[in-house]
Amino acid sequence: MSHDFQEPESLSATPIIVNQAPRLPRRTVVKWFVAVAATLQLGDAHVFGAEPVPGVPPVLATGYGSDPLLNRTYNPGDSWPLTLSRIQRVAAIALADVILPADNLGPAASEVRVIDFVDEWVSAPYPAQLLDRNIVLPGLDWLDAEATGRFGRVFAALALEQQQTICDDICFEQRATDEFKAGARFFSRFRSLCAAAYYATPEGWEAIGYVGNQPSLTYDGPPDEVLTRLGVEQTVMHR
Amino acid sequence: MLTITAEEATKDYDVIIVGSGAGGGQMAFTLTLASIKCLMLEAGRVYDPVVETPMFQRRDQAPLLGNSTPDKEFGFHDATIDGGWQMEAEPYTQASDKPEEQFWWWRARMLGGRTNHWGRISLRNGPYDFKPKSRDGLGLDWPIDYHEIEAYYTRVEQLIGVYGSNEGLENTPDSPDGVLQPPPKGRAGELLAQKHGKTLGIPIIPIHRAVLTQKLDADRLPAKLFPGNAWAQKIVGDSMRARAACFWATPCGRGCSTGANYQSTTVHLPPALATGNLDIVANAHVREVLLGADGKASGVLFIDKTTGKDVQVNAKAVVLAASSGETVRIMLNSKSTLFPDGIANGSGLVGKYIMDTVGTSLQGQIPALENLPPYNEDGAGGSHFYAPWWLYRQAEKLGFPRGYHIEMGATRGMPGGGNPLPDDLGAGAYGARYKQEARRYYGSFMGFACRGEMIPNDNCFAELDDTVKDKWGVPVLKWHWKWAEHEQRMCDHAEQTFRELIETMGGTVRSATTGRNRIDPGGKIIHEVGGAIMGSDRSTSVCNGYNQTWEVKNLFLVDGTPFPSNADKNPTLTIMALAWRAGDYLVDQSNKGLL
Repeated sequence: MSHDFQEPESLSATPIIVNQAPRLPRRTVVKWFVAVAATLQLGDAHVFGAEPVPGVPPVLATGYGSDPLLNRTYNPGDSWPLTLSRIQRVAAIALADVILPADNLGPAASEVRVIDFVDEWVSAPYPAQLLDRNIVLPGLDWLDAEATGRFGRVFAALALEQQQTICDDICFEQRATDEFKAGARFFSRFRSLCAAAYYATPEGWEAIGYVGNQPSLTYDGPPDEVLTRLGVEQTVMHR
Repeated sequence: MLTITAEEATKDYDVIIVGSGAGGGQMAFTLTLASIKCLMLEAGRVYDPVVETPMFQRRDQAPLLGNSTPDKEFGFHDATIDGGWQMEAEPYTQASDKPEEQFWWWRARMLGGRTNHWGRISLRNGPYDFKPKSRDGLGLDWPIDYHEIEAYYTRVEQLIGVYGSNEGLENTPDSPDGVLQPPPKGRAGELLAQKHGKTLGIPIIPIHRAVLTQKLDADRLPAKLFPGNAWAQKIVGDSMRARAACFWATPCGRGCSTGANYQSTTVHLPPALATGNLDIVANAHVREVLLGADGKASGVLFIDKTTGKDVQVNAKAVVLAASSGETVRIMLNSKSTLFPDGIANGSGLVGKYIMDTVGTSLQGQIPALENLPPYNEDGAGGSHFYAPWWLYRQAEKLGFPRGYHIEMGATRGMPGGGNPLPDDLGAGAYGARYKQEARRYYGSFMGFACRGEMIPNDNCFAELDDTVKDKWGVPVLKWHWKWAEHEQRMCDHAEQTFRELIETMGGTVRSATTGRNRIDPGGKIIHEVGGAIMGSDRSTSVCNGYNQTWEVKNLFLVDGTPFPSNADKNPTLTIMALAWRAGDYLVDQSNKGLL
C-alpha cells in the first residue's frame, strides 16, 4: 500500500469510554481549562487521554461501523447527533467567520456551514474527536467568558475590532503570554478544524486554488506557465 | 458479483481456492480458463466496486470530512470495508510489549481483499532479487530465477494493464516493447524532484502502476494470452472491453467503478465467473485444510459466518491465498496425525521468515511550488514518478546490503479534511491573511518515502497463540518482530537522502526526524510476505519453486507466503506472476496424474 504523505489531521488511538461527568459552574470550567491546557500538548492523542472533562457532556452515540455505505452523501447530523449547545454554536459561528471571513477568495465560513462540520467533529464517538471535544467545548465557553470579562458581552455580540482584540492575544501560541497560552491552544485547534471543513467544500477548493475531481479524456500535466516558472521541462512526452 | 451460499457448495470441485485477492484472483482466472472447476472461499462479504465505489464524492460529503477513524483506518472513502489494523472479531496478539517489537496486521474482509484499495504500484523483481544470498551472503535465494518468471510478468502486465516506461536501469527490468501502457505526464513537484534528483545522481523516472491510461487492446491481447483458444479469448476480450481508461479523477485507493485500475473484483473475477467454472462463497472463514487418508489435502472446513455453522467442502486440490498471516494461521491450525504441527509443516518453517517492507518518510516544503496558478493535478489517482534503487554498486560502502526505492507525493490534490496552513508557517494568521497564506502554501509540500528490502531474520515470525481464539473459536496468531541493524541503517540513509533532495530543491525539511525510531513498525507498509517460503530443499523450505508444498502435493500457496526474500519492489505483481505460473503447473501436473 502506498501511503499519502500528508500527515493525518488526527491520530487514531485505542477507543476510550468517556464517563458521565458532573455539571460544574462555568468559572470552574474555565479555570480547569486553563490549568489543564497549559500543561498538555492539546490534540496529541499519545499524550492527552480523553479523560472526562468537567462540564463537557459525554458522547453516547456509536460510530458508523466498519461497513458504512460509501457512495452516498452524508451531512453533519446524519451519522450521530450534533451536540454543541445553542450558545456554543453562536460563539463558534462568530469565531469561524473571524478566522475565515468573506473576501475576494471566497465566502465566509458560515456560508458553507463550517460549524456544522465542527459540531459533527466534536460530537463524534471516536477517540481523536473526543480529545478535540475536550478542547473545543471548554474553549468556546472560555471565549464567551473572556469576551464578557473584557467587553461585557458574549463573543458573538462584539464588534469585529473587539473580537480581533481577543483573537490577537490567542492566534499564535508561540507569541501568546502565559495568561493566554491555553486560549491559544484552543484557537489553534479550532482554526484547524474550521479550515479542514472550509477547504473541503467546492467554495474552499476555489479559495485555495484546487482544480480537479472532474473527468477528463486526457491528463495534460502542468501548463507551460508553471513549467517555465519552475525551470523544468515535461519529460513524459507522448500523450 | 454472483456468489452461492455455503449449502450450495456441495459438489466436488477440482480445486478450492481460499482468498480472492491478487493471488486467489489470478489462480481462479488461470484455472477456470483451463476448464478447471473451482470453488473460491472469501472470509468477507461479497463486494462489487462497480456499484459500491465512491467516485467523485467530496470530503464534505463524508462523515468527519473523510478522515480516518478506528472503523475506517485509511479514511471514510477508502475501499476497505470490514477490515483494518484491528478487527474486534479477529484479534491477534504480540509476543512483546515493546512497540518496536510488534507487528501491525492489516486485514480486508471483502471480496477482492486488499486489491480493492492497494496503491497499484506494480514493479517487477529484477534478476538480483531472486538470488540475494548468492550476491551478498545474507538471507535466502529463491529456487527460481528471473528468466523463469519473466514471461509471466509480461502476461500479467498485459492482462491487468500497467503504465510505465522502460529505462534500462540496473536490476529494474524493462518490459517487452508495447506491453506497458503509456505513463502519465509528470506533475510539477515530480518534475522538479526529477530535475534536482539528477544533480544528486538519483534517477527519478515514471513509476509502474496498474492503471489503464488507455483502453486495453481487446482485439489483440487475448490471442497473445490464450493462443489457439477462441473460447478463452472471447471471455478475456469481453472482460477487457468492459474496462474503461482512466478519466483522471478520484483516488485509486477508493477502488474504481469503471475498472480503470486493477483490482481482483474487476479484472480477475468477472472473466473467471464468465467461464461458468467458478463458484464463490463469501463470509466463509476457514478453520482448516482437511487431510485425506492418502496424505493429500481432501478439502476445507470453514465457518459460514452467516449461520455460524461449520461447513466441509471437498476438492482434488487446495490453494491457499489468504495473505501471509492468514495462510500461516490456516496451515498451523490444520493439525493431523501426519502433521501434528500443521499441514505441510514437517520442516517446522510454517510461520517463519515473515517480512514487511522497510518504510520511513520525510516531508519538505518547497518555496518554488508556492503560489502556482491553479490547474488540475489529480492525474492517475496515485504517483506518476519514483526512483528505483540506484546504488547497487556501492552496497559495501553504505553499511547496509540491500536497496530501497523512493516513492513521492507531490500534488495539488483534493484539499480539505486537514489544516492546509501549519501554525508555524501561518504565524498566527487569521482572517483574510489566513486564506491568502493557505493558498500560497497549497501544493508546496512534498513527501518522500523509503520502500526498502528487509532481509528475513529469525526474530520475525508468527505462531499460534495458546489461549486466545477469535469469535468463531479459531486460535489466533501471535506475532514476533524485530528489525535488524541493516534496516535501521537503510532508514538512516534514506532520511539523509530525502533531506539532501528537499534542500537541493530549495526547500526545508518539515517533519521531525526521529533518530533510531524513524523506521515504521513491522506490517505498517502492508507488504507482509514469507511464512511458508519456497526453496530448493524440502528440509529448509515449505514449498518448491512452483508454490507447491513439498509434503502435500496437491496443496499450493499463491499469496506472499512463499517469498524467501522481499525485494524493495512492491510484492503484488510478483504474487500474480507466481500464481499464474503455479496455476499452469497445477493444470499440467493434474493432466499428468501427478497430484
